[in-house]
Amino acid sequence: MKYWQQEIECASREQITEWQNERLVNTVKRVYENVPYYRQRMDEAGVKPEDIKSIDDLSKLPFTCKQDLRDTYPYGLFACDMEDVVRVHASSGTTGKQIVAGYTAKDLDIWDDICARQLAAVGADKNWKIHVSYGYGLFTGGFGFHGGATKMGAMAIPVSSGNTARQITILQDFGSDVLCCTPSYAMYIAETMEKMGIDTAKLPLKAGIFGAEPWTQEMRLQLEEKLNIKAYDVYGLTEIMGPGVAYECSEQTGMHVNEDHFIIEALDPDTGKPVPDGEPGEIVFTCITKEAFPLIRYRTRDIAVLSHKQCSCGRTFVKMSKPMGRTDDMLIIRGVNVFPSQIETVLLNMGYAPNYQILVDRVNNLDTIQVQVEMTDKLFSDTVTEISKAEHAIEEGLKSLLGVAADVKLVAPNTIARSEGKAKRVIDNRKK
Amino acid sequence: MTINQLSIFVENKAGALGEITHILAQENIDIRAMSIADTKDFGILRLIVSDEEKAKKALQQNDCIVSITEVVGVAISDEPGSLSRVMELLYTNGINVEYMYAFITISKQYAYVVVRVEDNNKAMKILETNGVKLVDKEDIKNL
Ligand SMILES: [Zn+2]
Repeated sequence: MKYWQQEIECASREQITEWQNERLVNTVKRVYENVPYYRQRMDEAGVKPEDIKSIDDLSKLPFTCKQDLRDTYPYGLFACDMEDVVRVHASSGTTGKQIVAGYTAKDLDIWDDICARQLAAVGADKNWKIHVSYGYGLFTGGFGFHGGATKMGAMAIPVSSGNTARQITILQDFGSDVLCCTPSYAMYIAETMEKMGIDTAKLPLKAGIFGAEPWTQEMRLQLEEKLNIKAYDVYGLTEIMGPGVAYECSEQTGMHVNEDHFIIEALDPDTGKPVPDGEPGEIVFTCITKEAFPLIRYRTRDIAVLSHKQCSCGRTFVKMSKPMGRTDDMLIIRGVNVFPSQIETVLLNMGYAPNYQILVDRVNNLDTIQVQVEMTDKLFSDTVTEISKAEHAIEEGLKSLLGVAADVKLVAPNTIARSEGKAKRVIDNRKK
Repeated sequence: MTINQLSIFVENKAGALGEITHILAQENIDIRAMSIADTKDFGILRLIVSDEEKAKKALQQNDCIVSITEVVGVAISDEPGSLSRVMELLYTNGINVEYMYAFITISKQYAYVVVRVEDNNKAMKILETNGVKLVDKEDIKNL
C-alpha cells in the first residue's frame, strides 16, 4: 500500500486550498465564539471572524505562542465542551509549565488517519507488524502510532520505550516490520544488536520511523546500514496533534504536511513576514479541523524550509525540511542566519565528534565566528600539512553550508565541556 | 628498519607541553630526541623515547591524542658535509623530506638524525646502498 487516503494525499492544489479556506473560516468562527482568550486577542488586533474569508487573510490573525498556552493552562484554549474531550496528552515541561492538549473522538480519528498516512508511506499495510517504541503515556509518540496502526488494521506491538534487551527479543521473535522510536534510541538498539552479534539482515524489519528529536542525514545513513532498513523522518508536536503532522515519503527529501488538517507557514522570525520556498523560516501552524484544541497561527520556534515542488511519490502536500534549528538558537552572523545544528552536521559528516564550541565576537564592527573542534585519533597526523588540510576542509565545509566564513580551531580532546545546555555550545561575546 | 616516533597533539595554550613532559617523567620515560612543529593554533610534539608503547598508553589515559609514526633514523658521521650528503641523496632520488630533527643524545662517532619521508623503504634502500648507516631500535636502546 502506498497511500492511506490517496484522493486526499494527492489532491489538486485548488482542492487543498478550497478545503483550507472553508475549514479556516469555520475554525476561526468557532474559536472566537468558544474561547474567550482568542476572542480577546482578536479583538485587540481588531480582527472579526467575518474578516477571515480565505487563507489569504491568515496573516490578519494574531500569533499564538508557548506563553499563551502556559497562561491558559490547563484547559483555557479548549474550544469544545469539556464533556466531548475524550483524551489529553501533555508535553514535558523542560522549561516551565507543561502544555496540555485535548482531543475529541473526532480529533483522535483524524490523528489515527495521519499516522496511518505515514505508515502507508513507508510501505505498511494491514499485514505489517508495527513496533512502537515511543513512550506510551502523556507523551504523544506511543499512542499516535498505535492509533495509526490500529486504524490501518495492521498489528500494533505496544512495546513502549526502554528495556532494550526486550526490544531486541521482540524485533527477532515477533517479526516487527517497522520500528517507530526516536533516532537516538534506534541507534542504541542498533549498536546493542551489533555488540550481541545479531545479523540485522536476517530480521524482517524493513523500515524505521524516527522522530521527536533532531537527527542528521549522516545518522539516517548509519541507521539504514546498521538496521538494514529505510529510515524515515516524521514531524509532530503535542501542541498541534502529536506525531504525523508531517510525514516523509519514499523520496526521503522532506516531510509532507497534512494540509487538509493543518495550514503551515514559514515566516521570518523577526518580521513575521513569509519567506519564499527554499529559504529557512519559522514554522507556524494553524489547526483547521481540530475540535478540542485548535491552535491558531502557533509559532513552533522550529526553523525549516518549505518546498512546493512536485514530489515523485505523487503526493501534493507541501513538504517541510527537517527542522534545522530553533529560533532560540539562531545566530545572526554578518546578516546570515546560522544554527549550531548546521555546524554539528558538517562536523559529523567529516568524522568529528559532535563536540564543539562556537565563539562569536565582533572585531572592527565585523562579526567573527570561531568553531572549536576537538581533535580525534582518526584525524590526527604527525605532519602540520595534514592537520592544516583537515582544518581547512572543515572551514570549507562550514563556509559552503553556512554561507559565512568561520575560523576553525582544533583543540585537545575533552577540553570542551560536555553539556546539554546551549549556553555552553555558543559563546556570544558581541552582547555588551 | 624504521624507528618509532611518538606524535602528540599539543593545543596552543599555556602549560600544554609541561603536562606532557610531566606525564612522561612520572612513567620514567627517557626522551632521546624531540622536535615540535607549531602553527598559530596547535602544535605537534614529536619524540623518540625509551618505551613508546608505555608512553603512548600513559598519554592516552590522560586524554592526549597520540600516534606512533615510523620514521627513518640516520647515523651521520660527526664531520662537516655528511648531513648535506644524505640530503642530497634523498633529493636526487626524488624523496621529499617532510621534516627532520636531531637526537639529544649523541653516540661516540655519530650524530643521529630522524628523517620523516613519504616512503620509508625506498629512502632506507637508497641510503644503505650508498653506505649511509641507519639507526635501528637496538641503537636507540643502547644510547
Ligand atoms: Zn513525496
